[in-house]
Amino acid sequence: MKIKDYVGIGIVMAAVAVAPKLVGNEYYLGVLIFAALNCLTCTGLCLLMGYAGQISIGHGAFIAVGAYTSAVLTTKLGWSPWTAMGCGVILAAGIAVFMGLPTMRLKGHYLAMATLGFASIIHIVAVAAVDVTGGPSGITGIPRLQLFGFVLNSDTRNFYFYWGIVVAGLLLAVNLIHSRVGRGLQAIHGSEDAAASLGVNIAVDKIKVLVLSAVYASISGSLYAHYVLFIDPGPFDVMHSVLLVTMVAVGGLHNIWGAFSGALLLSLLPEGLSFLSEYLQTFDIRYRTDYDTLIYGGILLLIMLFLPEGLFEGLSRLLKTVFSLRRKWGGGLARHAE
Amino acid sequence: MKNRSLLILCALSVLLSLASTTVVSAGEYHVGCIFSITGKASWLGEPERNTAEMIAKKINEAGGINGNKLVLHVEDDQGDNTQAVNAANKLIKKDKVCAIIGPSTSATSMAIIKIVDEAKIPLLSCAGAAVIVEPVAERKWVFKTPQKDSDCVKRIYDHMKSKGLKDIGIITTTTGFGGAGREQLKKIAAEYGINLVADETYDPTATDMTAQLMKIKNAGAQAVVNWSIEPAQSIVPQNMKQLKMTIPLYQSHGFGNLKYVEAAGEAAEGIIFPAGRLLAVDTVPADHPQKKVLADYRDEYEKNNKDKVSTFGGHAYDALNILANALKKVGDDPAKLRDEIEKTEFVGTAGVFKFSATDHCGLDKTAFEMLTVKNGKFVVLGQ
Repeated sequence: MKIKDYVGIGIVMAAVAVAPKLVGNEYYLGVLIFAALNCLTCTGLCLLMGYAGQISIGHGAFIAVGAYTSAVLTTKLGWSPWTAMGCGVILAAGIAVFMGLPTMRLKGHYLAMATLGFASIIHIVAVAAVDVTGGPSGITGIPRLQLFGFVLNSDTRNFYFYWGIVVAGLLLAVNLIHSRVGRGLQAIHGSEDAAASLGVNIAVDKIKVLVLSAVYASISGSLYAHYVLFIDPGPFDVMHSVLLVTMVAVGGLHNIWGAFSGALLLSLLPEGLSFLSEYLQTFDIRYRTDYDTLIYGGILLLIMLFLPEGLFEGLSRLLKTVFSLRRKWGGGLARHAE
Repeated sequence: MKNRSLLILCALSVLLSLASTTVVSAGEYHVGCIFSITGKASWLGEPERNTAEMIAKKINEAGGINGNKLVLHVEDDQGDNTQAVNAANKLIKKDKVCAIIGPSTSATSMAIIKIVDEAKIPLLSCAGAAVIVEPVAERKWVFKTPQKDSDCVKRIYDHMKSKGLKDIGIITTTTGFGGAGREQLKKIAAEYGINLVADETYDPTATDMTAQLMKIKNAGAQAVVNWSIEPAQSIVPQNMKQLKMTIPLYQSHGFGNLKYVEAAGEAAEGIIFPAGRLLAVDTVPADHPQKKVLADYRDEYEKNNKDKVSTFGGHAYDALNILANALKKVGDDPAKLRDEIEKTEFVGTAGVFKFSATDHCGLDKTAFEMLTVKNGKFVVLGQ
């Protein structure tokens, strides 16, 4: 781990610690809990996309695997949520291996298509296997999580627990990147042939990272089920997978912190827009939620046009430029004064 | 230099602190609305939003409820469960509403039941599935204004029985509404001596149902029931026409928007479906108890909006009026409101409501009228 990663995790931890005091309203904690779930999935997705260079448009399906395993095992068989979550992780990892064996031979768009197909299959199973998944009506009555007899029944408790898991996920991801495996992955991204010639076992490493990223998604799915306490196939459709890819791409593919901030930004953007609408209302300007889609699209377009390497890298480069310009300009002034 | 990039992360975290809480001032009743104004169920949510805003404006222009201004907080859930949960949390914890109207769809309603139950805030759902209010023991705080899907099935089967139709095929959409309808269609069939020879489903985003309809045709069905609330349902009659299937097509009450007829074009002619009387208000007899309510609402809606009236807006009309009446009687204490709503009797657009401790829908199958499509319009079906 590098210094900046320690600083980053420190900042996230500090922000998490003070957030409930700062936001002052449990409702915002609810929004941040959903943001946490997206951050967790995107951290895993970033390992796959940014470091191993494999595109997955099927991560919503891994979330669904986690969520449905948790929901079915806890409501129908009365298992403990933790055991159920573990089963979800094992199932998601198993599916990832099974899917990885053939698809990791594919490259570029073909892999993306394969994962897209996989996402569709899982969605169809969720909809059609009515006896197991409840079909379109979904599963109700999912129990809350308990931690040593301590029920996570308020948003504040859930907030701390869920963000704790995000921080743990970030630590693991950052450590992985700076390990031998991580450097191997980055080499794969650069050039598969070069990496192979240097002794990186490409196929095995790619499958490993796919499994890890599926595990992240599966845990996030289980946590979703235990927070909302109701699931139906709606939230796990292909569009959600696309949204996850967008989050990672907007934040910056090649940096865990980029993916993290992309997920955070796009999760909180709808809230920001609702702030805007309330703000405009105080001036008697009627803002309708219909415009949200337009603004949302506009922001994405601007980021993709002007900050193609992602918000995180792009903005830091922009800041650098501004600072260096100011230095130049400032220096010029100083000389002038002399 | 790299460290500076972390500042951005920092700034993002600080953004979260910009939250402020709304202070509920005296003399105002705060009511929350969650509608699917955009997204896949926008044909439901938009008329609901328009109606709610229209009624609130009218009430406030007339001096409010007992001198209290009615303040609506409208949230758009985009037909998405996560957004609906966020919206419910926001309305309850930030806007401190005394009751919530909506959501528009069955799935989003199911997603927020736990939240309103724990917060002890009454919910008046605008969605169709009976499971939203059943079992009543677990739905203390939840009511709904649309007719129940189980009653809709009964009306359809009644009509089939009178026509001597026994073997039928059903085609349902894979959403909360379609799934719940499919369960009811299967459950109630035996009671009416109806035999389901085919049971097909389609995705709400599907664009062709020829394959499913072929199976129904080959199974020898005497009639088809199409159960959906999304625009995709309009493709079924078109596909049937292409396949030269002349057997009668029944639709659910989810067909109750003239836009679906327009989308299906000529193929919509002759479709039979149960719906509230709002859609065929001109053909409702003048002495019917609902006649005046229906005509007034339709005229007012069509005057204020560049849009034809639909049953969905009617559900919001019923919900907000039932709530406004309760507010007038007991003020904005959520617990008192809940008890008052449970006692309500109200003549609305969906039917004559009679809520009770054992019935949180308040409507029975007489709330439905069998309608058909004639010359691109809804008319009451002559027996």
